Amino acid sequence: MWRAQLPALAIAVPLAAAPLAALLRTGLTAWALATAASAASFTIALMLAGGVSGLNELSYDVGSWPAPYGIELRITSFSALLLLIITGASSVALLAGRQSLDAAVAPARRPSFYAAWLLALGGLAGIVASGDAFNIFVFMEVSSLATYILIAGGSDPRALTAVFKYLIMGTIGATFYLIGIGLIYMMTGTLNLTDMEARIHDVADLKPILAAVGFVTVGLVLKAGVFPLHVWLPNTYAWSPHIVTAFVAACSTKVSLYVLLRFDFMVFQGSLADHHVQFSGFLMPLAVLAILIASGVAIAEGNLKRLLAYSSVAQVGCVVLGASLMTATGLTAGIVHMFNHALAKGTMFLAVACLATRVTSLRLENLAGIGRRMPWSTAAFMLAALSLIGIPGTAGFISKWYLITAAFDEGALGVALVAVILVSSLMAVAYVWRIAEAAYFRAPPGPDTAIREASPLMLVVVWAAALANVWFGLLPGLPLSLSGEAAMTLLGHVQ
Amino acid sequence: MTLFGLYNYWVFALLLMIGLYAVIAKPNLVKKLLGLSIFQSAVFLLYISMAKVEGGTAPIIQHAGEPQVFSNPLPHVLILTAIVVGISTIALGLAIVVRIREEYGTIEENEIQARDRDR
Repeated sequence: MWRAQLPALAIAVPLAAAPLAALLRTGLTAWALATAASAASFTIALMLAGGVSGLNELSYDVGSWPAPYGIELRITSFSALLLLIITGASSVALLAGRQSLDAAVAPARRPSFYAAWLLALGGLAGIVASGDAFNIFVFMEVSSLATYILIAGGSDPRALTAVFKYLIMGTIGATFYLIGIGLIYMMTGTLNLTDMEARIHDVADLKPILAAVGFVTVGLVLKAGVFPLHVWLPNTYAWSPHIVTAFVAACSTKVSLYVLLRFDFMVFQGSLADHHVQFSGFLMPLAVLAILIASGVAIAEGNLKRLLAYSSVAQVGCVVLGASLMTATGLTAGIVHMFNHALAKGTMFLAVACLATRVTSLRLENLAGIGRRMPWSTAAFMLAALSLIGIPGTAGFISKWYLITAAFDEGALGVALVAVILVSSLMAVAYVWRIAEAAYFRAPPGPDTAIREASPLMLVVVWAAALANVWFGLLPGLPLSLSGEAAMTLLGHVQ
Repeated sequence: MTLFGLYNYWVFALLLMIGLYAVIAKPNLVKKLLGLSIFQSAVFLLYISMAKVEGGTAPIIQHAGEPQVFSNPLPHVLILTAIVVGISTIALGLAIVVRIREEYGTIEENEIQARDRDR
């Protein structure tokens, strides 16, 4: 009986814990509560992932108002996978992050900081669980506002200008999405995604719907950081508190990509003629440009976190490229890459947080010899970096392999795309090599003994995350089956 | 006639563009936020306009015996939520501007960028 309540609990647990955390007096208790709530959400996500296996979908009517009149929560394989990413990233980041966050956030502000973290978590969970277009907008804004607070919560003043830009661009993106669903509501009279799909067929004048496609797509592309609308991303990742970067980099762009794919495939693909041609015609060039240009910028970047941020822009391009192929393999590749990239990049940013507890500057020239001073943190970073490149035996290899297989099915265009994917992996080798060269092959700047290994708790968590990259490279069963089912469900809507 | 009938939607598009222009073109951070606020208000107008039914009244007045035409209440409810979201966004944005002013001593974008370069 209580299992039927799980979709609601996935949102309610973090949202209910948020005000409690704000009421607590000390940072330690607030951290403990946030970590416990996050771990509870992760458990719920695991149960939901079990519940949706075999193309099963869980529907939950909020307040017992039946859909399409009430708000419907709808857990599909796709949402279950995203829930795992979000709650997993949050739990791991919080578990490892207390020491690092204590250094960044003043003691008096810590309880409200953890409250904002829980709001961000609850909002992200709400976006992926909801089946109602307007509800998704509200959760999007809950998570965005909370994320702005997290990013600006540290001590680096450059985070303030970065987050201001993010706030402006994020709000424009969300407002575009709001205009889009307004236009669809005007023509169909419904906000439920499933109901929308059914009702657009009866709309006589499709012009407002076509305008809505533009608004929704551009708005979500902006929030997902797809090239060339990624300009808010690098500085936001670079200057926010390190643990926040690990959480945000693992989840927020993926959740926007999820909404983009789910909305587009569920509502537009089935009802508009030739929409899939426009969809891939619009997104594929952007994806290729993202992969090539952002990887190039990453090779030239001198700040470690900004370098990883540009690499994230390139990897978002890989996800979009997979989706724009519009085949089962392509979509599976894109979706499983969301999971694998979240795992790799989350681990890398956590390892960066370990480094940052001991060094003050994250510029590559100041990290000379860090591999000898902090061998465990650097090794965990390098292991995740191998997954980012796509070395066989790591999780990244699985998604790159699927992506290349999907591209080969495309004929002449596919060969060019395979070349792009391979070049992107080579460029990843180049920028990871720059880090490895600085960390291992340059002499430390002096006989400075103050730099030693990060705290044991952080190391244990980071290594668990790094080994998960190998685990999911050798046994990719769970993410791969959820991604495959998600791709099948999405393609089922295509005309 | 159609032009006049779509008056609200023209104003919506105009406000949207004024807001977007201010966000992009103004270097002053507070003016950017004002632009953002105008941009969001345009969307409120879009929702409220679509809720209007010709000859419709508020859906709380029920006269017995006679058929009633009601305006659609749902967009009003939706936009109440969106207004709250808009207020929170602007409030948070202004709070960030205050912090920027504390740290940089200015709220002009070009001066902030110049200072970031010196860092």
